[in-house]
Amino acid sequence: MSKSTATRARPVSPHLQIYRFTPTMLMSILHRITGGALYFGMVLFAVWLMAAAGSKEQFDFVNGLFGSFLGRLVLFGYTWALLHHMLGGIRHLIWDTGHGLGKQTSSRIATANLIGSVVLTLLVWIVGYAFRGGF
Amino acid sequence: MVEITLPKNSKVKEGKVWPKPEGATNLRQYRVYRWSPDDTENPRVDTYYVDMDDCGPMVLDALIWIKNKIDPTLTFRRSCREGICGSCAMNIDGANTLACTKGMDEINDAVKVYPLPHMAVVKDLVPDLSVPYAQLSSIEPWLQTVTPEPAKEWLQSHEDRAKLDGLYECILCFCCQTSCPSYWWNGERYLGPAVLLQAYRWLIDSRDEATGERLDNLEDPFRLYRCHTIMNCTQACPKGLNPAKAIAEIKKMMVERRV
Repeated sequence: MSKSTATRARPVSPHLQIYRFTPTMLMSILHRITGGALYFGMVLFAVWLMAAAGSKEQFDFVNGLFGSFLGRLVLFGYTWALLHHMLGGIRHLIWDTGHGLGKQTSSRIATANLIGSVVLTLLVWIVGYAFRGGF
Repeated sequence: MVEITLPKNSKVKEGKVWPKPEGATNLRQYRVYRWSPDDTENPRVDTYYVDMDDCGPMVLDALIWIKNKIDPTLTFRRSCREGICGSCAMNIDGANTLACTKGMDEINDAVKVYPLPHMAVVKDLVPDLSVPYAQLSSIEPWLQTVTPEPAKEWLQSHEDRAKLDGLYECILCFCCQTSCPSYWWNGERYLGPAVLLQAYRWLIDSRDEATGERLDNLEDPFRLYRCHTIMNCTQACPKGLNPAKAIAEIKKMMVERRV
């Protein structure tokens, strides 16, 4: 009983630390993260275009960089971020019309968003490699 | 402001493990958030063991059992014990709900009980709700009219009355309000799902004549538009209502009145 209630600051109750993630909550934060990642991806795209507008040497250098294992890994991530964010945009567009906001429906849409983005990313890369005729 | 970690005075420590009730064979572990304004300690999580052969099936039954049988200092709000007063709203097993309507059979392992998230704690499981109450009064949740009062009562068609279904049932427990990360980060300026559901309840009431003023009051980057459809509100509501849908409808009304 050393201090009275009036002088002791009240603590903030735990929030993120204890809240169980729901599919919609997870997709919301992923939408933000992928949105942020797209800025970085856009820089990569701009570098590639600038190199193409520059010289053959520059273009070969950037192509080599992007074509390396690490480069492809980053581009794979960029593809996923792009598709995930695009599907998320469609999801929000549907919700903005007032549809699909039910407790179960919204969770299903969110889960479909995640599965859809992974499937589409793999599809894009499979098709891409098929056109190239191998690695 | 987004603050992912808790401030220093709010960090939760491991608390006391209270002795198991003697002779009991059917035990349920409870992990309960504790904080007292009367000492200088940080919040802690105490461990209790509830004798399930001597206790009702709901989480509130167990909290009352603990208070009666083990630790009379455990503090929480409760009243109706049937999901209509909204007093016993708290975070149970990682989601906001009413302790009186949450069955222990719905929870695996230990039952974790915290106050409603990201609120100032008065004591133990009792949060300070004065901010959401002030926000509620800011939307003026009562019938507003300019036409002269009718001799008997304000009439409403069955169809118009039906528009209030799914809204009037709100008991203002603030489970949705405090489940919303947008409200955690901007609780001073964003009105939050519970208050916006109440706002919509008056916006679509056919008898109310202040719709324009009500929308003007909500036309604000924070008050309304901090809703980012995270949907925790709808997942949390113990009455099965849909605050996210109500907010989406308000946003639609905003657009419709501009075109």
